[in-house]
Amino acid sequence: MAEKRYVRAVNEALCEEMERDPAVCLLGVDVGAPGGPFGATRGLRERFGPQRVRDTPISEAAVVGLAIGAATLGLRPVVEIMFMDFLALVMDQLVNQAAKMRYMTGGQAKLPLVVRTQTGYRDSAGPQHAQSLEAWLTHVPGLKVVMPSGPCEAKGLLKAAIRDDNPVIVVENRTLYALAEEVPDGDYVLPLERAAIKREGRDVTIASIGIMVREALAAAEALAERGISCEVIDLRSANPLDLQTVRTSLEKTNRLVIAHSATRCGGVGAELAAALGEEAFYMLDAPITRVGAAFAPIPFSPPLERAIVPDRTAIIAAVEQVLAP
Amino acid sequence: MPAEEIDRALARRLLATMQLIRAFEEAVRDHFAARHIPGFIHLSIGQEAVAAGLASALEREDYLYVTHRGHGHVIAKGADLKRVAAEIFGKASGYCRGRGGSMHIAAFEVGVLGANGVVGAGLPHAAGAAWALQLQGRQQVAVAVFGDGAVNTGLFHETANIASLWRLPLLLLCENNGYAEFTPLSVHAAVESVAERAAAYRLPAWRVDGQDPLAVRAAVREALGRVRAGEGPALVECLTWRVRGHYEGDPQRYRSSTELEEAVAHDPLRLFAERLRREGLLNEAEEAEVAAQARQAVAEAIAYAQEAAFPDPASALEDVLYQPSGAG
Repeated sequence: MAEKRYVRAVNEALCEEMERDPAVCLLGVDVGAPGGPFGATRGLRERFGPQRVRDTPISEAAVVGLAIGAATLGLRPVVEIMFMDFLALVMDQLVNQAAKMRYMTGGQAKLPLVVRTQTGYRDSAGPQHAQSLEAWLTHVPGLKVVMPSGPCEAKGLLKAAIRDDNPVIVVENRTLYALAEEVPDGDYVLPLERAAIKREGRDVTIASIGIMVREALAAAEALAERGISCEVIDLRSANPLDLQTVRTSLEKTNRLVIAHSATRCGGVGAELAAALGEEAFYMLDAPITRVGAAFAPIPFSPPLERAIVPDRTAIIAAVEQVLAP
Repeated sequence: MPAEEIDRALARRLLATMQLIRAFEEAVRDHFAARHIPGFIHLSIGQEAVAAGLASALEREDYLYVTHRGHGHVIAKGADLKRVAAEIFGKASGYCRGRGGSMHIAAFEVGVLGANGVVGAGLPHAAGAAWALQLQGRQQVAVAVFGDGAVNTGLFHETANIASLWRLPLLLLCENNGYAEFTPLSVHAAVESVAERAAAYRLPAWRVDGQDPLAVRAAVREALGRVRAGEGPALVECLTWRVRGHYEGDPQRYRSSTELEEAVAHDPLRLFAERLRREGLLNEAEEAEVAAQARQAVAEAIAYAQEAAFPDPASALEDVLYQPSGAG
């Protein structure tokens, strides 16, 4: 086991999968010679050649379309969409094409295709480079969506996504790219559809995803000093949601806070809250509380951004709220 | 381009394909009008020579992506007429198990990898298939069929640029029927010639009479000669006439009666049959025989589709995702 940065874990996952399976290939703006805007694909073009690691024009929709055609003929393309906000450019290809291709052809098509993209967190990237838009994707049958919260997840989930025979969108977080943690050596693959308990606790369950797992852990640490015991769940997958893991935790805690960096309105947390409201209502001792961004674009100026995008403070306040007598 | 010696067998084959498509489209038209077919229908009556000429120049192993007006290409590529009809009727034995319908008939067994209901959206899929063929070192080509309307989508330009840049084994085949849905070319395109627009991406292009299956075939063969030789993609623009509306039920109030008469006057079946008779390659009895065979095959396919079972509603969730266990 060695300590690795998040972005290095991504790079290793890509490299190992390309090594393992010649059908895996990379496509995207700047992924080849430049090694990706954040270095996620560094060295891969040199290693696997320009045919398998292809720099593309800024033609995102066509590039995802290309990946669809290539996947249909047996390649396993991994497309990089540089910023999650740019998913808007490829929505027809994702929603009307990739997601529906298998269904629409009555099972004739199989689409082993990965779209890697990334969002950020409080880094003044401005309104068009900072939004978390995973809820757009989770609404669409036929797509899987995962959000790695650290180096281990970055590696394990990406490897699983590449091996999956369905379109999978992997939403990385650039704010975590420099974060280093121990990552198991060898062929480390995580299941795509299972949440993980990151910290055990008795009093409140915090179901979080992406970078908010970090904030939830920090909140739990602070609350522990006050004698409040939080169980922190990393949902990992935004779709499908692992309701079972959350429900099992609720049997113990009976209180739930949901945290994500996307807007609360129509977010993944809304689906989770609704599903658990239907299935686990009688386990709850308090209303489910959601922490998420306010309903506004992400502003550039740091104080404004902090006003819109929540952190551990908001999670602590939410925990206090669900514990209030 | 060098004229191919027309041999009797080829001429008959082309005519037979066109007759089959026409008979099929007319049957679909009638059954749709009689409300035997759900959804909406886009017919290729008047455009049969493009599908027949194109398919005659392709190998069975070549891949094809078609459009919402795609019955003809699927049939010409050799798909099972019964399963095509069953799909249009929404039946379980249709190519897409009733999940796609008229606009989305894919028949992988004959290389038809998709039919798209979003104009222009299938173009990059064909380029992606071509890229896979290039990477895998395979000899086939991929073909994208699209209309003049698709040429105004960003995806046409993005795809043409990438395909040219990467020298993909791709044929772009434009069926220019002069209409993007209800809007004529004069209103939707700054440049009338699609072939001319291809020049911007250094794509060699051919502009041919799409009512003549031999002209289409000759252009496609010449274009594919270059594509198969590794010289990169090419474009063939076929000028054709859409006789029916954008969809069945479209009264075409946006077209003058003169124009509609002209469309009918350009009937590719009549023109081709006349030519073959003139050149002594077909007599009236043979023509009648070909037409009768087409009608017979279509009647059998439609009867099959009408009698076939609808999908079990319990299967509606199958194939949303690929499940390795085979559960759907």
